[in-house]
Amino acid sequence: MTEISQSSREGAPTHPEDSGRATHEIEAWFIREVLPLEADLMQFLRRSWQNKNDIDDLCQDVYARTFESARRKIPSPARPFVFTIARNLVIDRARREHVVPIEAVADLEALGVALDAPGPERSVIARDELRQLQAAIDRLPPKCREVVVLGRIEGLSGRQIAARLGIAETTVSDHLTAGMYALIDMLLGEQADGGKRS
Amino acid sequence: MSGQIQNDHSASSAHAIRMRAAGWLQRRHFWDWTEGNQAELDHWLAESPAHMVAYLRAKSVWNRTERLAALRSDHVDHVSAVTPRRRGLFLARAAAVLGFATIFGIAGARYIATTKQTVWQTPVGGRQTVMLGDGSRIELNTDTVLRVASDGRKAWLDRGEAYFRIVHDSNHPFVVAAAGHRVTDLGTEFLVRSETDRLKVTLITGRARIDSVTRNGRERNAVLTPGDIAVADMASLSVKRSSPRKVMNEMSWRQGLLNFDNATLGDVADELNRYNSEKLVITDPKVARMTIDASIPTHGVQALMRVAKNFLGLHVEDRGSAVVISR
Repeated sequence: MTEISQSSREGAPTHPEDSGRATHEIEAWFIREVLPLEADLMQFLRRSWQNKNDIDDLCQDVYARTFESARRKIPSPARPFVFTIARNLVIDRARREHVVPIEAVADLEALGVALDAPGPERSVIARDELRQLQAAIDRLPPKCREVVVLGRIEGLSGRQIAARLGIAETTVSDHLTAGMYALIDMLLGEQADGGKRS
Repeated sequence: MSGQIQNDHSASSAHAIRMRAAGWLQRRHFWDWTEGNQAELDHWLAESPAHMVAYLRAKSVWNRTERLAALRSDHVDHVSAVTPRRRGLFLARAAAVLGFATIFGIAGARYIATTKQTVWQTPVGGRQTVMLGDGSRIELNTDTVLRVASDGRKAWLDRGEAYFRIVHDSNHPFVVAAAGHRVTDLGTEFLVRSETDRLKVTLITGRARIDSVTRNGRERNAVLTPGDIAVADMASLSVKRSSPRKVMNEMSWRQGLLNFDNATLGDVADELNRYNSEKLVITDPKVARMTIDASIPTHGVQALMRVAKNFLGLHVEDRGSAVVISR
């Protein structure tokens, strides 16, 4: 994470909006505003839906619906919008599958989801980021970790990693994919140190 | 976490899609990436918003891991145990310094002819720690060449930047010679940065003396105390007292970070370019004068590109070996 703020003497220049730029804006917004909510969103989903096997799919659906809506108009603030989508999705799905969602689902507040809670403070992210990343890397399986470290920390290419470790390029590729997958879950879905950021 | 999930609509399940997204991402960053690959990826992303969000999710974590480069292994070597790496370079450098010495009359030519030295060199983006026999520590920053005399009490900074934490010995003061100037430790921790036409010395703890001979043969010297930043060029020697924060910023490369307070985009780009082979190019003076506060990994060219694009609303064009930032 790069910590950044502008102390500009000149304002940022503005561009006429074209569609390419708008897409970029939505993607940047999604990364900046929506993805950091994942730990809370997963917690909400786990508490509202009994079949734990569905949680990742639900999360994915919430994201997809949020992204689709943002194409029309970027909602601000993001947090209540995302959680409203999540609640509606849980209710829809429960109706369709004839299951009863955990009763509290209709009441977000009761689940302890503060809709207007501010995002984690930037300076805190910057300070904890490296420690958190390192903890996540440490939790990867040994071989996978070795490959990810060579690739992302030491900056080797896939081919160089294969040569260094004497393993097939497809194996390196599989390790990198699995490693990225695990890191994403650890860093977004659950906090790397098992606790919530304060 | 969700690797074991059996799902009856597995082809479209979150797990399968996220796996694909992670696969795309690593293919793109670690293997040859052609326009054909990009077209394939674009096609996949356009197929479904679920694909798009899974990819964005992967990308956001990927961007965060950029910071991991700061953990890059910091090879600690001991001068006594390691032989010079590049003898050819050493000879070339020695010859260069001989020429240099006759011009400046300061970096003892006789010394070079008779004394064995060890040459340390880092590539662009590299960093290396050298421990001397007496426990003194030297850290080389990016693109740096440093020679150390076999007695471990004299060093020549031929190029780049280094951090010194010297175990003081008043009978044998440690001397760093660079660009015709000389820094003598008086019990010290300091940074020396050699640029084409000037030398910058930042004193962190202790004291050091800088001796400098100007073009017209006049000798100048100054004793530095903590927080002093001395700049010596061919014509002058100036010393300025800086805030502890500024001194910390000067040292942040040792943690793989570059910290900027109210710095111009031009300066930020110049600084990043020292560490990366992919160069940032800003030709528009108005853009170069925009100021930011930032903390960026030394390898964070991508980070600055994102900031320029998303935060400052600038146009960023990646041309492979160079990144052009404009309005």
